[in-house]
Amino acid sequence: MDDLHYTHRINQLNAEYARCIDDDRIEAWPDFFVAECLYKITTADNHARGREAGLVYADSRAMLQDRVAALREANIYERQRYRHLTGVPSLLSQSDGMVAVEVPFIVIRIMRDGTSEVFATGRYLDQVVEVTGQLRFRERIVVCDSHRFDTLVALPL
Amino acid sequence: MQHPSWPDTLTRVPYWVYQDAQTFANEQQRIFEGPVWNFLCLEEELPHAGDYRTTFVGRMPVIVVRDDDGEVYAFENRCVHRGALIALEDEGNARDFQCVYHAWTYDRQGQLKGVAFKEGVNGKGGMPKDFCMQAHGPRKLRVTTIFGLVFGSLSDEVPPIEEYIGDDVLAKMERVLRRPVHVLGRFTQALPNNWKMYAENVRDTYHASLLHLFFTKFGITRLDQAGGVVVSESGGNHATASIVERVVPRQEAYVGQGFRSQENEFKLRDPSILDTHEEFGDNIGLQILSVFPGFVLQQIRNCVAVRQVLPRAIAATDLNWTYLGFKDDSPEMRRVRLKQANLIGPAGYVSMEDGAVGGFVQRGIASAGALDSVIALGGDNAGSETFRATEASVRGFWKAYRKYMDF
Repeated sequence: MDDLHYTHRINQLNAEYARCIDDDRIEAWPDFFVAECLYKITTADNHARGREAGLVYADSRAMLQDRVAALREANIYERQRYRHLTGVPSLLSQSDGMVAVEVPFIVIRIMRDGTSEVFATGRYLDQVVEVTGQLRFRERIVVCDSHRFDTLVALPL
Repeated sequence: MQHPSWPDTLTRVPYWVYQDAQTFANEQQRIFEGPVWNFLCLEEELPHAGDYRTTFVGRMPVIVVRDDDGEVYAFENRCVHRGALIALEDEGNARDFQCVYHAWTYDRQGQLKGVAFKEGVNGKGGMPKDFCMQAHGPRKLRVTTIFGLVFGSLSDEVPPIEEYIGDDVLAKMERVLRRPVHVLGRFTQALPNNWKMYAENVRDTYHASLLHLFFTKFGITRLDQAGGVVVSESGGNHATASIVERVVPRQEAYVGQGFRSQENEFKLRDPSILDTHEEFGDNIGLQILSVFPGFVLQQIRNCVAVRQVLPRAIAATDLNWTYLGFKDDSPEMRRVRLKQANLIGPAGYVSMEDGAVGGFVQRGIASAGALDSVIALGGDNAGSETFRATEASVRGFWKAYRKYMDF
């Protein structure tokens, strides 16, 4: 695959992913993943030491849909928004139609009272596949640089 | 601040106690450095000689380390020379500890073993001849371990850990921690509130089914489920449990009262998150256990974690989560625990709200220092109950707190 072309497509995928969450259309967020996927939020320290647990651990798209349902209908959190900025992707490897990609990110959280602050930084470790002409995540491991999370992590990173 | 007197009942707590700088300072001396046992770490985290972790006793930085004799030692992470931190990493392995500032060196038991240029240079300078290294050392903690948990105390008067926790709560601790544990992950949740609000929240069986809708909807716990609360004689330690099956017929208690938590039943598309393996042999599906001042052991189905509550400032608290499995877990069981971990921590379906609600209180009481909160559910006692529609264990916390603080 042509790297330049593919990088462009990965950039588009991440731009759409970010807009989906930041525009509060999280019902569409699970659609960025294939049905049998892995989405996990962890920390650089846990990741480096092979500690498997995540703040969020979903091994199916249905679990991501449940996450959205819980955020909409069950969980209590103050009104807030994210602004995702993703950096230049590094294409790490590819095999059998799956491409391994690392993308740095920064998420600013904007609270109800107007406070804007850096909420999380880190890198996405992705396994991207093409499904009927669309790039989708088979795996997205959100490796946060810091182990400290302010108050709660409600919306997806 | 002039403190109004404390109301003469366990059912009222004045709000200044969450706001006052002098109280915050006194808590460090009277509670954290007083006759209590502070949770430090897990034995599992110090498997080999030289393995160490840095943590805190209240605000006091502490090094916990295993020495060649197999024992765990703990001492203040403060060089006796100029007060700098001795160890700068969260964890590691060390033959000894050397302060980076002027290279004073300590062994694994906190004894000062080396002072740079002690004899001077070219016969000039150096420490006074009568300087005694044995007489200088960071404050050392008494250390004790129980069920793989390491606790430390600055006090010579604190009773043995078993007696401190109390038999009833100890038995609840043992039922979870019978097997060697395995650390699955560590996360810190920064709470925007005084540490005592989280200590109360943990002991508050009242809020669980009302604030946490996820709990209620899926029948993980409800006040009308069988269960109860055990409070230690001191009041400071508690365990609350609920039985996983709905053995008590569903009461009308919730219906028609218009609670937010009763609205809009919804179903999980992937209910595997609630697949539960009966592993403790007693059908207890949820147990929350606390040891005064800042330790929590939690079992929600197969999701086991310890939490360490550390004050950082009057209205800032760190909640350190350590997610646990057991060494003998099958790969399938490991996966069950990883999925159920969605319930807990900063993004937990159940726990996320606990991170926020303390901040709601801290902000709500901004100008209410002269007023009191009301903690009267289930009467004014602070003892064990066979039901959970009570705030007995919250009153227990205040009973212990007032004794330590002499309020």
